[in-house]
Amino acid sequence: MALVEKHSLTDGAEFRVSEAMPGDFLALLKPRVMSLVVFTAFVGLAAAPGTIDPFIAIIAILAIAVGAGASGALNMWYDADIDAVMSRTAKRPIPAGRVTAEQALAFGIVLSVLSVVTLGLLVNAFAGAFLAFTIFFYAVVYTMWLKRSTPQNIVIGGAAGAFPPMIGWAAVTGSVSLESVVLFLIIFLWTPPHFWALALFKSQDYASVGVPMMPNVAGEESTKRQIFAYSLLVAAIGVAPWLIGMTSVVYGLVSVALGAAFVWYAWKVLKMPAADRSMGPAKALFGYSLVYLFAIFAVLLGDVAVARLLGL
Amino acid sequence: MDPIETVELTEAQKKARKRRNVAIALALVAMVVIFYVATLTKLGPQILVRPM
Repeated sequence: MALVEKHSLTDGAEFRVSEAMPGDFLALLKPRVMSLVVFTAFVGLAAAPGTIDPFIAIIAILAIAVGAGASGALNMWYDADIDAVMSRTAKRPIPAGRVTAEQALAFGIVLSVLSVVTLGLLVNAFAGAFLAFTIFFYAVVYTMWLKRSTPQNIVIGGAAGAFPPMIGWAAVTGSVSLESVVLFLIIFLWTPPHFWALALFKSQDYASVGVPMMPNVAGEESTKRQIFAYSLLVAAIGVAPWLIGMTSVVYGLVSVALGAAFVWYAWKVLKMPAADRSMGPAKALFGYSLVYLFAIFAVLLGDVAVARLLGL
Repeated sequence: MDPIETVELTEAQKKARKRRNVAIALALVAMVVIFYVATLTKLGPQILVRPM
């Protein structure tokens, strides 16, 4: 065996047999991020005009989920050095020593290819290409290039997390449309206030590894103002699906209320005293932002489903 | 001739390897089922209609 020829078996540091469990590889896929991807991709798929075979729809969602997971594994492979230092990420499989960086890289590449080929062959080529671009955008543009070089990292990189509903939409229609771009924009504009709220109360973590998050570069006060500005944009774009005739007035009213609450939470952050190190309002905004994204897509899904059932 | 060097796996390593093997097997079976059913779904009876 090549391995035996290259390494002395008595040298424990050289020869290492894996003790990685399947659960460790599952953790590389970032299951919590994946759940949001699955949900938003499903809403994009369900809201799209036209029909799709239910089984093909399940495959589409599965492929998008695996593709998202693969980009998560590639992200963990590349970021293992800084993950090891930050408290939030130190227990991830690679820094914890349960999976080697090479295993994570191979796992990420294999799943990327599998998910893209599956989506491209069984659903449609455009959706497959879109998924490939999304994985590339997250793993290369965001992780390798932007994350460590600019405080606009999550603003631009947020596009990767915002593409899934467009891919879901493309799985049905094979194209891009105004409606799917609006779904994209909701997540795209939501990402900065969501992550900057987190960065405010985790700024020490990011500073210690040299990741230029907005609070470390532009300061907390500037970050608070930018969070507030983006929250106004989120509240406005959240109503857009109703304004362009995608949904009924029910969605419109709920989205106005959800957006108003978003702005209110962001206002609390804006007015948070600099001396407040417990960062209560920032933590509250972070928590609410997750509720907001889930709620607005759930209401949109419900609205579209009711309209379909009633034949509107 | 030197005696052949072999690796004795620990119990934890054996257990982990078995679990990984089972997971890979399940994933492969799932892929086979997905592509089988997807072929039927997309082509249906047409799969039998082809020039000889």
